[in-house]
Amino acid sequence: MDKMPKWADVILTPLISLVLAMAISALVILAIGESPWEAMKTMVQGALGSSYGWGFTLYYATNFIFTGLAVMVAYHASLFNIGGEGQAAMGGLGVALALLYIPLPHWALALPVAMIGAAILGAAWAFIPAILQAKRGSHIVITTIMFNFIAAAALNYVLVRLLRPVGSMDPASARFPESTNLPTLSDAFARFGFEWGRNTPANVTFFVALIACLLIWLLIWRTRLGYEIRALGKSEPGAVYAGINPVRITVIAMLISGGLAGLMAINNVMGEAERLVLNAVEGAGFIGIAVALMGRNHPFGVLLAALLFGFLYQGGGELALWTSIPRELIIVIQALVILFTGALDNMVRMPLERLFLRLRRKEAAE
Amino acid sequence: MRIKDSLTAIIVVAICLIWAFVDARAAQQGIDSALRLMTPLLLACLAGLYSERAGVFDIGLEGKMLMAAFTAASAAYLTGSAWLGLLAGIAGALALSLIHGLASITFRGNQLIAGVAINFLASGLTVLIGQNVFGLGGRTPSLSGAGRFNPITLPFAEALSGVPVLGPIYSELISGQTILVYVAFAMVPLTWWVLFRTRFGLRLRAVGENPASVDTAGVSVTRLRYAAVAICGVLTGIAGAYLATGLSAGFVKEMTAGRGFIALAALIFAKWKPWQALFATFLFGLLEAIANLYPNLDLGIIVVPSMFMNALPYILTVIILAGFVGRAIPPRAGGEPYVKER
Repeated sequence: MDKMPKWADVILTPLISLVLAMAISALVILAIGESPWEAMKTMVQGALGSSYGWGFTLYYATNFIFTGLAVMVAYHASLFNIGGEGQAAMGGLGVALALLYIPLPHWALALPVAMIGAAILGAAWAFIPAILQAKRGSHIVITTIMFNFIAAAALNYVLVRLLRPVGSMDPASARFPESTNLPTLSDAFARFGFEWGRNTPANVTFFVALIACLLIWLLIWRTRLGYEIRALGKSEPGAVYAGINPVRITVIAMLISGGLAGLMAINNVMGEAERLVLNAVEGAGFIGIAVALMGRNHPFGVLLAALLFGFLYQGGGELALWTSIPRELIIVIQALVILFTGALDNMVRMPLERLFLRLRRKEAAE
Repeated sequence: MRIKDSLTAIIVVAICLIWAFVDARAAQQGIDSALRLMTPLLLACLAGLYSERAGVFDIGLEGKMLMAAFTAASAAYLTGSAWLGLLAGIAGALALSLIHGLASITFRGNQLIAGVAINFLASGLTVLIGQNVFGLGGRTPSLSGAGRFNPITLPFAEALSGVPVLGPIYSELISGQTILVYVAFAMVPLTWWVLFRTRFGLRLRAVGENPASVDTAGVSVTRLRYAAVAICGVLTGIAGAYLATGLSAGFVKEMTAGRGFIALAALIFAKWKPWQALFATFLFGLLEAIANLYPNLDLGIIVVPSMFMNALPYILTVIILAGFVGRAIPPRAGGEPYVKER
């Protein structure tokens, strides 16, 4: 018998962790002499109070869905991929190369091509850590950290020395051709005569992200490969006994993970900046960790957690604009969410389990 | 000691000698700067050494150092004393170590995730508090005078500077560093002695390899691991304090700039051994110094861009991890929370 019902495990523990994280954040806000209630109101107002706010919230959420799914897929194979940052940066390079060097007449054609470019480079960046983990047992956490830094240096070199247009000072690529620019959600609404979210970066990539959630759910729980990934994650000796090749599955899981992280680039590089700039990922790769943990490694959970972090990001920006609270508050909240849902999971879970056990005993006694 | 184990030392000495041969003045300046740049790396690397030898993986070195740099700079500015700053730095890093210990020892959580959380916590809190206290966008006001650790001139530095070869090495390189540099270097033999010549060290290493045996011998695994994590906090505290009050004059947002991860890389490079940690961090310090001095290093055949030099520590570590040049095998029980059998 499970110690507690499934709904408590899936809904209650992340919620309690979130409440704890929020409570501590409120204390931090109090400590710096601001009102947590006012801060919360500013954030809700700024992120959800207008279609403008929603436009940014959905844009950020789209980034986090991809990086969250990336962490999630690897996690099911019990691999902790903290290289999402580097993989997403490389995905950006893939997008830039595809759009700058392949003539594409329409965005509907450019989108799949850019997606392929982003996924290939993202996956390639995950490949070496994956093969080293699978074949030589090099710890994937360390190698993916190293690859984040190598990616940053490589991208710095490519942008400063190779892709920067002649005469330009900032380390960024040329603008992508006009024809490849993705329609934003506000364009789509305008076509039907609604005014929604003008000048916001949310674009069609949001729907790609939703489809990705569905596909990943199908992959993990409805396909043979997904079964093999989960089997390997639960127990390597068990998986080997069942005839699963651990090297193959480790590499495939990491390639999918890296590809998903790379796909984030179609949102931020192709959809928003429309050129490749230095440090385009802005920490979204790391937020994927918080999103996957918070979302209990389920695509639907990842979607909800990504929306939550999208809200926090946009709200945090508004907070910095209207109050004296810097937007680094969001990093603190993010840290606390990771701490409570990831590292201090047992602290939340153990008292809950005890509570449910006692309730059950009472029921049994009656 | 086999040749393989002293490879890093040989490479480091070779780089220094070639450099001195090609351009003595630049080499002196570069090695001097490498000594200063390697100090926080060495301290953080030894900090990680204690923690990981006891079976607690620590990717939160970066965050602990950053927090220490902030608390050290703040306290040094407010009190005007670098020594009180140092104490505050140690306290700041210890606070994060306590969280790390709680998460990974007491609540048997994932040590790596705890490390990630600590990095973000430090990155956010330092700016949040810094902005609130000083209002300079996360910076602390710059330190001067007694608020900083200033260079110390060792005895006879002046008198001996005329002696060929050894004179300049003593007077320019060894003398004239801040006290924390000497502390960092003294930590290497001390760490070796503690880990390999004391009972505490034996138990600490055992707890990282096979905690069940230590438990069977009646020694508390929890207490040993907490001790290791606390030592890690003290050392990262000194490293952070050195960054903010020795190497530079005050705290700047994200000032650790990945040094915690380079220290982690050095730890793997050094295969979790103190003397090798010295040479690994020296190597990485040299690479940073070279990248600073020569943005485009012209080797005659090819021109090496500074980006490559900056990425080299990470690339080398991946190669070492791949096991092509000797194998880096971590402590066996590392990363595993210890669950007492009942």
